[in-house]
Amino acid sequence: MIKAILIFNNHGKPRLIRFYQYFTEDMQQQIIRETFHLVSKRDDNVCNFLEGGSLIGGSDYKLIYRHYATLYFVFCVDSSESELGILDLIQVSCCSFEVFVETLDKCFENVCELDLIFHMDKVHYILQEVVMGGMVLETNMNEIVAQVEVQNRMEKSEGGLSAAPARAVSAVKNMNLPEIPRNINIGDINIKVPSLSPF
Amino acid sequence: MPAVSKGDGMRGLAVFISDIRNCKSKEAEVKRINKELANIRSKFKGDKALDGYSKKKYVCKLLFIFLLGHDIDFGHMEAVNLLSSNKYTEKQIGYLFISVLVNSNSDLIRLINNAIKNDLASRNPAFMNLALHCIANVGSREMAEAFAAEVPRILVAGDSMDGVKQSAALCLLRLNRTSPDLVPMGEWTARVVHLLNDQHLGVVTAATSLIITLAQKSPDDFKTSASLAVTRLSRIVTSASIDLQDYTYYFVAAPWLSVKLLRLLQCYPPPEDTALRSRLTECLETILNKAQEPPKSKKVQHSNARNAVLLEAIALIIHHDSEPTLLVRACNQLGQFLQHRETNLRYLALESMCSLASSEFSHEAVKTHMETVIGALKTERDVSVRQRAVDLLYAMCDRSNARQIVAEMLGYLETADYSIREEIVLKVAILAEKYAVDYSWYVDTILNLIRIAGDYVSEEVWYRVIQIVINRDDVQGYAAKTVFEALQAPACHESLVKVGGYILGEFGNLIAGDPRSSPLVQFNLLHSKFHLCSVPTRALLLSAYIKFINLFPEVKATIQDVLRSDSQLRNADVELQQRAVEYLRLSCIASADILATVLEEMPPFPERESSILAKLKKKKGSGKLPENVNGSAELHAEEPAAANKASPPPPTEVLALNPTPPAAAHSLLVDVFSDLSAPTAVAEDHLSRFICKNNGVLYESQLLQVGLKSEFRQNLGRIYVFYGNKTASSFLSFSSWVSSSDVLKTQLNVHAKAVEPVIEGGAQVQQVLNIECVTDFSDVPVLNVQFRPQQEVQKIFKAQHPMETDAAKAKLLGFGVALLEGVDPNPANFVGAGIIHSKSAQVGCLLRLEPNTHAQMYRLTLRTSRDSVSQRLCQLLSEQF
Repeated sequence: MIKAILIFNNHGKPRLIRFYQYFTEDMQQQIIRETFHLVSKRDDNVCNFLEGGSLIGGSDYKLIYRHYATLYFVFCVDSSESELGILDLIQVSCCSFEVFVETLDKCFENVCELDLIFHMDKVHYILQEVVMGGMVLETNMNEIVAQVEVQNRMEKSEGGLSAAPARAVSAVKNMNLPEIPRNINIGDINIKVPSLSPF
Repeated sequence: MPAVSKGDGMRGLAVFISDIRNCKSKEAEVKRINKELANIRSKFKGDKALDGYSKKKYVCKLLFIFLLGHDIDFGHMEAVNLLSSNKYTEKQIGYLFISVLVNSNSDLIRLINNAIKNDLASRNPAFMNLALHCIANVGSREMAEAFAAEVPRILVAGDSMDGVKQSAALCLLRLNRTSPDLVPMGEWTARVVHLLNDQHLGVVTAATSLIITLAQKSPDDFKTSASLAVTRLSRIVTSASIDLQDYTYYFVAAPWLSVKLLRLLQCYPPPEDTALRSRLTECLETILNKAQEPPKSKKVQHSNARNAVLLEAIALIIHHDSEPTLLVRACNQLGQFLQHRETNLRYLALESMCSLASSEFSHEAVKTHMETVIGALKTERDVSVRQRAVDLLYAMCDRSNARQIVAEMLGYLETADYSIREEIVLKVAILAEKYAVDYSWYVDTILNLIRIAGDYVSEEVWYRVIQIVINRDDVQGYAAKTVFEALQAPACHESLVKVGGYILGEFGNLIAGDPRSSPLVQFNLLHSKFHLCSVPTRALLLSAYIKFINLFPEVKATIQDVLRSDSQLRNADVELQQRAVEYLRLSCIASADILATVLEEMPPFPERESSILAKLKKKKGSGKLPENVNGSAELHAEEPAAANKASPPPPTEVLALNPTPPAAAHSLLVDVFSDLSAPTAVAEDHLSRFICKNNGVLYESQLLQVGLKSEFRQNLGRIYVFYGNKTASSFLSFSSWVSSSDVLKTQLNVHAKAVEPVIEGGAQVQQVLNIECVTDFSDVPVLNVQFRPQQEVQKIFKAQHPMETDAAKAKLLGFGVALLEGVDPNPANFVGAGIIHSKSAQVGCLLRLEPNTHAQMYRLTLRTSRDSVSQRLCQLLSEQF
């Protein structure tokens, strides 16, 4: 099982944290600090696994991490996961994110820290397609990207309205609140159906 | 500012994040965050209802603030409200907030559950997925209670979409982990197993994860999954990659699924069905073969995926541990990896070789890689890899290579990383002990260990070396000489001073003949370390000094002077002061004989599992210690037979060694009764101790201690036998006599004087045996002891009812005792136990009923912790049979 996914930069600033086991906020921050401490002092060409820190389950746990430019991606897992499998999963998640970034008409070659920060919610959603409740949900990148694209389309169709100036939005909403969302939803479903044909 | 994107709205969020990033100092950041928190709070509290978009924006901001490590104590309610929005994106951010921020015991859980329930019932796959994700991510008990029935239904429903099934499988897995009691097995078991045949590989992967966990808990219910897994695996391994949808990853067919299937198969023994078994073997061979083919891509992802499958296949081969050819092939494959340029592979190869080393088929094959592993220890740049190398060396160690491996580990210890030193120390100590052929090597190794890494040598290690030196007289002289030499070093570790103090105190006389290590030199050497040591070590040294007074009367005056000095007699530490005062007094008033008795050499320690091993196990977690196959059997063979002798009160209590745990409860019961009826058999090895000694303990049990003291003059001997009652109540009808075989009677005359029939609780009686040796003899006379503990009552009575086993059993059960099967050597007897509860105390009762069908008689024995209760119960029961 994956206990936690931590992404932080070279200075230890967290960029995304996800815990699949309950820890108090204080504990979460301590774990981030400890993990950063363990990972950051390692050279780049050493192996990508190390025994877990003292805080998250002790020596039965491993930290599996990748270091990209300014970011560390760390998965904290127990012995039931394949080390190389998880390592590739990190790669898959990153690739999916890159694909997502490209869909925004941006040209970044690598996962970039700024993208992560400004699309924090998106990173969460992509990760959510890959890992669920600490278990690997989907490993097929095309599938993951397809899911995220469906979400984006839904967002665009819903957000078309809210991206307009807020005053206009509330004006429209106040005018005819019950009808508008319903119409949009119907349109939305019509678009979706062909892409999810097995339904 | 490339990232303030216009496309997806939430400009406020982007501005806020930019502000934070531009903060020059921590204070400025906190100030900005507090300002934002106040703003959001007022927005949430404000009269005007916020639209979904604003809520979404603020919740996103809160998430970001949380990420930076600030507590968020509001906004939960707004997030919950977002759940009931019918816009996907609002729902999504609501669920995200809840999964990240709401812990399992929040008050809001009922509201959240309600929203989840609605989404699960919505039949909209996107909504259902969000809801399932939330259940899996939070995984609280309340959620398990609410959805444990619903999730399996979604999982096996025919009309669920693939993506939903996938999520439902993992959701169920999570619930099963957090609250296994709430997730009922049963009707859906078969259909879950059937998911292994699903068209969609994503569903199969998720289902396999689920089944692995379930099969670990109840393997029998999921037995059929093994054959399906083999079939599925064989299809993947041998298939052309076209029919695998998009699950081919860098030319490797469905690597994650293969890994999971191989994991699942590790829950079961090799398949019994031969066809299935050969199919599985074929799969494993194919996987091993593929590893030899040239890679289809230069990308690291390709080799990662391929090797992930390969390593898992090797794990399965090791788990089955039944196909020697596969095991050796696996070992060779790992051997190749040991030299691979990828550090990750070297790490993993070392790790899985550890488990390979414990298989009898491949242990030798693993040993051939020893040089490479030692090389890794020396040259690897990565501490994680070096640690694995240490683990593997430990696992592959046996008698043939112990010296080399221990030497290499000791060498490595000098430069080892601080984080793993303690573990290496423990491992070296264990290996040195386990494979010591001559114990002088063992002593050298441990002393080296203390010299190199003294700070990491735990108490257990030096306790153990002393235990071994005391128990083995062949090494005592060498040990004394070696510690004496080691102590010459100007700076010694305190552990060395402890070992040195203890060993010289016991065996300093063995090297006192050499003028270079005369008693006075020894004492001065020890005392030169005294002032640098902590209180416990000083206490130990004081004990060593008093032992010196016994060993070497010539240094008595010097030591008395030391003890008499103010720094000892008026030491601020109570323990040290007390020792100094008592030892000084003892040395002044006691005669040489008394001193010799009080300060006698330590008796051998009872054998027990090395406490170091226990410590290593604790340190490594139970499952992780690689077993060393050649270990325990050899160890037992060479250790001296268990010595059960009681030690006289040790003059040095520093060695706080736990007594061996008393025998388990029901063997105690047998023991108790056998004291009564059968003569006590004394193990031969207890006897052998008296070949070279005239006094000591002959036998000891929970109840009774028998000690001997003997003196001989020419052909006559007198043996004083002491019987000690270890219980609090008296022994009744105590008798003891000596019986000899007919041959022995002509060779040896033994006359025993009668003893008192009663031994009070805690008291000791003495019996004198007069012996005359007529001619040489080889047989041994037998000392018979019989007694009845007082709380025991016995009655023999005639059967009043037909003697039927079942009827008697029913009566005893009805009486309220638990019947213990297999305790009594005679299966016809009934043995029972129970507790009588009263307000003031609890009375434990043991009972035995022995039927004699020939004589139509019963013998009933009762023992309770109270005499009156025994009497009454016996009276009551004797009328029932």
